[in-house]
Amino acid sequence: MAHGAGGKASRKLVEGLIVPILSGQAPPSLGDAAHVQFNGASLAITTDGFVVKPLQFPGGSIGELAVNGTMNDLAVSGARGQALVVTFVLEEGLPTPVLEAEVRAMAEAAGRAGVSIVGGDTKVVEHGKADKMYITTTGIGAPLPGITVDPASVLPGDKVIVSGPIGDHGITILLARGDLDFEADLTSDTRCVLPLVEMLAATAGPGIRWMRDPTRGGVATSLNELARDCGLSIALEEELIPTRDTVRGACELLGLDPLHIANEGQFLAVVAPEYAQTALSALHAVPGGEGARLIGEVREQPAAAVLVTTRYGGSRIIDMLVGDPLPRIC
Amino acid sequence: MCLAIPGKIVDVVKGTPTLGTVEVGGVRRKVDLGLLQDNMPAPGDWVLIHVGFAMSKISEEDALDQMRTLAMLGEAEQAMQEVRGYGLDESPPQKT
Amino acid sequence: MRFVDEFRDPEIIQKTAEEIRRLVDPARHYRFMEVCGGHTHAIYRFGLKDVLPSNIELIHGPGCPVCVLPMGRIDDGLSISKDPNVMFTAFGDMMRVPGTQGSPLEHKAGGADVRIVYSPSDALKLARSHPEKHVMFFAIGFETTAPSTALTLMRAKAEGIRNFSVFCNHVTIIPAIRAILDSPDMRLDAFIGPGHVSTVIGCRPYEWIAVNEHKPIVVSGFEPLDLLQSIVMILLQLRAGEARVENQYKRVVPWEGNKAALRAMAEVFELRPYFEWRGLGFISQSALRLRDAYAEWDAERRFAVPGVRVTDPRAAQCGEVLKGVLKPAQCKLFGHECTPEHPIGALMVSTEGSCAAYHNYEHRKELVKSIQSAA
Repeated sequence: MAHGAGGKASRKLVEGLIVPILSGQAPPSLGDAAHVQFNGASLAITTDGFVVKPLQFPGGSIGELAVNGTMNDLAVSGARGQALVVTFVLEEGLPTPVLEAEVRAMAEAAGRAGVSIVGGDTKVVEHGKADKMYITTTGIGAPLPGITVDPASVLPGDKVIVSGPIGDHGITILLARGDLDFEADLTSDTRCVLPLVEMLAATAGPGIRWMRDPTRGGVATSLNELARDCGLSIALEEELIPTRDTVRGACELLGLDPLHIANEGQFLAVVAPEYAQTALSALHAVPGGEGARLIGEVREQPAAAVLVTTRYGGSRIIDMLVGDPLPRIC
Repeated sequence: MCLAIPGKIVDVVKGTPTLGTVEVGGVRRKVDLGLLQDNMPAPGDWVLIHVGFAMSKISEEDALDQMRTLAMLGEAEQAMQEVRGYGLDESPPQKT
Repeated sequence: MRFVDEFRDPEIIQKTAEEIRRLVDPARHYRFMEVCGGHTHAIYRFGLKDVLPSNIELIHGPGCPVCVLPMGRIDDGLSISKDPNVMFTAFGDMMRVPGTQGSPLEHKAGGADVRIVYSPSDALKLARSHPEKHVMFFAIGFETTAPSTALTLMRAKAEGIRNFSVFCNHVTIIPAIRAILDSPDMRLDAFIGPGHVSTVIGCRPYEWIAVNEHKPIVVSGFEPLDLLQSIVMILLQLRAGEARVENQYKRVVPWEGNKAALRAMAEVFELRPYFEWRGLGFISQSALRLRDAYAEWDAERRFAVPGVRVTDPRAAQCGEVLKGVLKPAQCKLFGHECTPEHPIGALMVSTEGSCAAYHNYEHRKELVKSIQSAA
């Protein structure tokens, strides 16, 4: 199963096999978190699994990813994460200091994010399974007032904003694995984006149509999901998409597209045009939000597709990732 | 075929093979300079990199020359239009 | 990025595109073939078709080493990977290419030791650090890549590294161009020549195209301005009724090629009498194999391989698309049975194959245009 990298293969597995069995009806729009009614109030709930290799990498580690990733899923669904529970699946023989380091990393990340880890479970599996450590988390949170995230509300003319430079995490991991023998001053962008989302909700709440954190499969996959869900076209202007030089350099060398590379500390937002400038200024005012950029807009055509245009008028369709982003030499 | 990218040599380690560290937008990798043994590059030179080997030295002069030629495109044609516009076999000059 | 960004300058691109519009004869339909898969990829990635006048048609040629590799060769390479002591290494480009029993990645999922390498020298490094395994490098590529494989084999031999071998599928570009020109359905006005192959073989090997076939060939770089400038140069030749070899990619391509690279290739490789190209059939003197002096590092000699010929389904029209006779969308299987997720032919597997490139970058734009014009 080449389903791990996000994109088409994962989506088929989820939508074609898992969801129909579990929900007993046509697949719902698969957002990052579900908002359920609980005792007369709304509760946001999400779950996620973390299997990154290597466990530690420049800028973070699996534990930190787990906390931030779950908080981010809640945030982009329009909710403030309040409690997490976590399961560790550990490979027999994993040195205790490695586990301790990750638990500490999670505690620190939770402290920074303002969320409590209230419970969990641990299982040990035999040597050779679990790639040293897998972590799964479930998070619950309170929906933020005045904000609804719904692809059906997206309209032609809406603007697309990204919170910061793309591709940092995926390239950091690729280089950290060591097989490609490249070095770069690059770190994962893993962080909790809740403060940015809260600022957005407070200043431009009524104008927010949709948000997502573009993790596996990158910005291209998330925007293709949106395009498919709302039936409209997402038109991006290539030179407006923020990318660090190092990420660009690595992608050129390896024949990869930054739009397909995973991010762990960024989010996308589609905003009504009259709120776009307010949204950007609000993000710029938050520490860590300086890199936010307006990168495109929603149009009617080409329907259900993402189009990237250059300043000289050249354009290309960019699709979801099919499998892993593989380096190429041709 | 052939994804090959320009990179700057930042150091050269002589040996068998002779390796150079190249930098592309902040990403560094050691590349094999064996295919350039007849004209070994030095730190500061730019080379074309393909599958971890340096294939060719990049000529800054030729690159600048190319940009100059491209920048001049259309200027020759504009000059011609201007000259035609003088209408030397007709009456008063018309500037386009 | 130096030597990259200058050649993507939007204003100069627009100017060059205007120059092309000035140079074309509106009554004429031009057909230019870019031989190299890298050019195909660049044309789509930079959306260059949008800035060219509609009477210039770019035909994608057979310069995609993954696309022309017969399935039987992939089966042969993967059969070696079934040995638990063997580490199968290859470029990322190969990893999703299906053989009859699945792709390298699928074999990996089934337990084989399959690894992506960026360089043949990385494969050799793996052999040095894993003496308990035999590292086999599945080599593909035209003359751009062959010298690197050659140097790696020379190093392996010099260091006496015995747990390393190469399964060699290197092919040469000139016979492929000849096959195109010999094809009776072909009508081309000029060639955009492969820039990176030419850093090795130089520009002389194309002279027969100009002299015997009377077609201009301009050796081109890969940035938007390189391709557009090459088209300007072709149009100027056509206007003057000329047919010459020109080097647009002067900053990188030496007219005489890279002698050290050619020496390395000659030391390690010899031409196979013939080799099967997927979609083009058997072509003589078109592929490389290891010389006897390197027999010990030749995977085909160290391992027994099935060597079975696998023919493509008759409905797949890869050959015609490869030769530029058909457009991808004209193949009956395109977009239905054959898509990037389940490719039938290799042109859909490799991201620079015409069909994959067209499907990923272009197809929906064309569908929309046809819906809009029908409305």
